[in-house]
Amino acid sequence: MIDLKNLTIEKAHESLKKGVFTCRELAEEYLKVIKEKNKELNAYLEVYDDVLKQADEAQKKFTDGTATELTGIPFAVKDNILIKGRIASAGSKILENYKASYDAAVIKDLKKAGAVFLGRTNMDEFAMGSSTQTSAYGVTRNPLDLERVPGGSSGGSAAALAGNLTLAAIGTETCGSVREPSAFCGLVGLKPTYGAVSRQGIIAMGNSLDQVSPFGKCVRDAEIIFNLLSRYDSEDSTSAPDVLRNPNNKKNAKKIGVPWHLFKEGVDPSVQENFKQSLEKFKGAGYEIVDIELLHAKYSLAVYYIIMPAEVSTNLSRFDGIRYGYHSDGKDLLEVYKKSRAKGFGKEARRRILLGTYVLSHGYYDAYYNKAIKVREKIREEVMKAFESVDYILTPTAPMTAFKIGEKMDDPVAMYLCDIFSAPANLSGVPSIALPSGKNKEGMPFSIQFMAPHFREDLLFEVGKKFEEIREK
Amino acid sequence: MENLADLARIELSLEEKQEIFKDMKGILEYVKVIEGVQVDDIKSEYNLQNIWREDETIPRDFSHELIVEQFPAAQDGFLKVKKIL
Repeated sequence: MIDLKNLTIEKAHESLKKGVFTCRELAEEYLKVIKEKNKELNAYLEVYDDVLKQADEAQKKFTDGTATELTGIPFAVKDNILIKGRIASAGSKILENYKASYDAAVIKDLKKAGAVFLGRTNMDEFAMGSSTQTSAYGVTRNPLDLERVPGGSSGGSAAALAGNLTLAAIGTETCGSVREPSAFCGLVGLKPTYGAVSRQGIIAMGNSLDQVSPFGKCVRDAEIIFNLLSRYDSEDSTSAPDVLRNPNNKKNAKKIGVPWHLFKEGVDPSVQENFKQSLEKFKGAGYEIVDIELLHAKYSLAVYYIIMPAEVSTNLSRFDGIRYGYHSDGKDLLEVYKKSRAKGFGKEARRRILLGTYVLSHGYYDAYYNKAIKVREKIREEVMKAFESVDYILTPTAPMTAFKIGEKMDDPVAMYLCDIFSAPANLSGVPSIALPSGKNKEGMPFSIQFMAPHFREDLLFEVGKKFEEIREK
Repeated sequence: MENLADLARIELSLEEKQEIFKDMKGILEYVKVIEGVQVDDIKSEYNLQNIWREDETIPRDFSHELIVEQFPAAQDGFLKVKKIL
């Protein structure tokens, strides 16, 4: 028996290196838990049939001395990341039987390292949602309380990791889709700097916002995965070249800015209270806390809900029932498009496509899309300006803890508000990390979120590890 | 709604149109706050640069078979579509 609950990537690597257990034995342990728990959690949509074969391949790297930290480490992969020859459905019926014809860049890197893919995980359809309830393949449940949502859109990966159905997990973020489920499931979630990790081979939602993002049971786990995946990729035109990735190595980053005005209202009192307690802990550890004002940041979510649907309506136009995916017959080409898209897309996807079509249409373009682009730039300037005087920006990760399944489904705006604190990082491109910060009376996790300047993930790991030390005090 | 559904190439029933119309009204109401935001000239081009590459043949690991396999309708390894003209 391996103690999966307390296992981390580093511990597993040590044990694999020393031969305490083999890659196959480790994978088998997880397959056992999956068999036991996946039916009720619905974290995985598919568990791969070649897991043990992958594990045996990884074991060879330990024999021939080429093993690295992620060799033999079991991974859960969100359903919108392409693995050659495997189905990638993005939680949508329109891609139900779509088999990827190539590996995403991040998958190539993980394969090279010898990671073992256990399966693909459930998600909101095309990553559109904050609770993994819009998937065409049913809701995913929170392993900490089966009546509650795991957050979303990467809820399947979060539930798999929190329920010990995997040791490592990756998701994608467009606006909080890894940090918010991390908050709801008590995990660490890192949204890297835009351009840090390649988007090649990811089923896009909002190209100017998307980033592949690692989960971790601890900060170090997320750091190990990030360090492998963060690199320039010539096949992603928005991948940052090496010259842009040279952070000035400012030591002793101890100044935390808190934009209190952003969460005076609309935040659960228990979340507010937990946030204050966390702040006290940082004060006690010698951090300086200062009030900052981000005057335009309060428009972040509104800006996001214009830019994202605009990009969605453009991106999802490729699903036409002709080249791949769900096909519904009609009398002519136009009817094939209309019928295939009507039957293939779920409600939330249709809603966002239409919204995006609207904000981009003649007569509304300037009032919505163009204005949103300008305000976005304002928000970005403001965030960058703030980092001239502070090292970190700290807020709660989400305004509430994990809610009950079924909640907020009939009120899109209420659902969108789950990501109110996520939006500034995605809009301005800066990295952000969600950290567990205790639990409420019902045992559901609280979470706080740090932002740091572009390409300063190192600062986020540093402050995250510090918090892990002082959290329990 | 009629026009939007047409532009987005999605067939919607009357009921679906009404439902989405209601949702969109709520969302547009929420995002409308940005109307009142004063933004002066912003230098949105900052830090942006074009990414070019040479137009040359580079081998890729795309699988031709897998791509063809995804076609809803195929003939002799080609994608089959309805008559356009």
